[in-house]
Amino acid sequence: MTDPAIIARDLTASYGARAIWSAGTFMIPSGSFTAILGPNGAGKSTLIRMILGQLPPAAGGLEVLGRPPRRGNSDIGYVPQRTVFDPELSIRGRDFVGLAVDGHRWGMRLTGRTKAAADTSASIDAVGARDYADRPLGSLSGGEQQRLLLAQALVGQPRLLLMDEPLSHLDVRNQGAMVQLITDVARERRLTVLLIAHDVNPLLPHIDLVLYVANGRLAIGRPQDIITSQRLTEIYSSPVEVLTDSRGRLFVVGLEEEVSHPHA
Amino acid sequence: MRELAIFITVTNTSPSLSWNLFDDIASLFHYEFMVHAFQAGTIVAIVAGAIGYFVVLRASAFAAHALSHIGFAGATGAVVLGISPVFGLLAFTLASGVTIGALGNRLRGRDVTIGIVLAWTLGLGVLFISLYRGYATEAYALLFGEILGISATDVAITLVAGVVTVGALIAVYRPLLFSSVDDDLASAKGVPVTALSIVFMAILAVAVTEAVQVVGVLLIFALIVTPAAIAVRFTSRPMVAIVTGIGLALAFTWAGLTIAYYSPHPVSFFITSLAFAVYVAVRLSEPIRRRIDVRWALSSTTAG
Repeated sequence: MTDPAIIARDLTASYGARAIWSAGTFMIPSGSFTAILGPNGAGKSTLIRMILGQLPPAAGGLEVLGRPPRRGNSDIGYVPQRTVFDPELSIRGRDFVGLAVDGHRWGMRLTGRTKAAADTSASIDAVGARDYADRPLGSLSGGEQQRLLLAQALVGQPRLLLMDEPLSHLDVRNQGAMVQLITDVARERRLTVLLIAHDVNPLLPHIDLVLYVANGRLAIGRPQDIITSQRLTEIYSSPVEVLTDSRGRLFVVGLEEEVSHPHA
Repeated sequence: MRELAIFITVTNTSPSLSWNLFDDIASLFHYEFMVHAFQAGTIVAIVAGAIGYFVVLRASAFAAHALSHIGFAGATGAVVLGISPVFGLLAFTLASGVTIGALGNRLRGRDVTIGIVLAWTLGLGVLFISLYRGYATEAYALLFGEILGISATDVAITLVAGVVTVGALIAVYRPLLFSSVDDDLASAKGVPVTALSIVFMAILAVAVTEAVQVVGVLLIFALIVTPAAIAVRFTSRPMVAIVTGIGLALAFTWAGLTIAYYSPHPVSFFITSLAFAVYVAVRLSEPIRRRIDVRWALSSTTAG
């Protein structure tokens, strides 16, 4: 039995005096795939920033891979939230992935060029991005950019993968392909994955856990246990209804901002 | 500045081109002021070409432009106080550079804030000019460059500043590139992005101060932004883009100086015009180059 990847006890997040959420107690097992869901502004990215060590907990305890969070932890791969790269951004995908190898070091790359190039290529191949890795990042499609973002996160053999809305700007077909890729890579490398999403449906066949960030609180559970009318009504403290369509897709109704489009 | 007037009269005797290339080159370097101009121009072109890549990558072209204008008030203020305009220029560009750097890239409306400060400092510059009578030549030199008035001491100072700026750029190369491409990711990897943003703007401030000598505050774009903007249209490899940018900046400066030597018109005009002409040519040729690329790619796939 391996140790849990993340343990949070009575964790509280706040920016200054403003509390974002509090009393977060949960455990993420090693090798699991967790979707982080919740309305905009609820503090999903805040949780990721805390795990990355960029924001200290206001209260409570947090353990990441058995230690307190720290910035620049090479055991964590991170895909930040972004729309798309500036179309004029003139840097090759390969150079971008290479920055994940040693971009945090001072000076220029003088030694270890061969190894850096090999690590970069291995990561690019792992996400199947070889065909377009030498083109300017800004000229690539959203799906291609997301794959290269995943490639840079895989550099250095991390054990934990944090992804902030990697699916938001992809069409349905690309969402499916991306989720499959993440699942395959995670299984092969025994990665623990935490992924922020707006729509749980493309993730449902693959995820082990859902972590809800809503209403100033955190709630965790297996998808079938937590995405129910009763549990979500409790979590949000307002009437929420979960509907299932003929293809098994879930629709959450009753949250003011997500009344009409798919979400969970 | 009196020197400048002398040099202007000297250039007005207008050397003429012969058909002997060696004679022409020898005549180019016959005057000490031309030697100094080439030395300073070379140093400045290397610095400007190198930092220009990051200016383009970070979409900080307006900030670079603003630094030089804000520096103008510092330079004119220094003259009113009776000290060398370079010190005023450096003080103002550094102060504003560090402030802009601390604001960071994310601040919405950053360019509006910069623009407001810029307009005010230009107003200050006008006041300082009026306070110092008989100042027109000096103001003109600051605005449009005075490369033909550079002394041996100026060249030495430029060299030291050039070595410092290029050295600093090399020292922060990787993390600067990382944070320029993705601030958020670089920060998660432990790169001190805000400190780096301040350091970058400080380096830019020194580079701008150097470049003002050559092209003046109004024309700084031609040396810092244009060469890099052309380079990134050809390559998306960072080091290749930097070297190309330096090469272009050198070519514009050397060609500008040479043409100006044999003509009665100002150096700055030729440097900026060359930079502009090449940029326009590159942009206009893009559809053609793309078609050639496609045709080449098609023929190579069918061949393979």
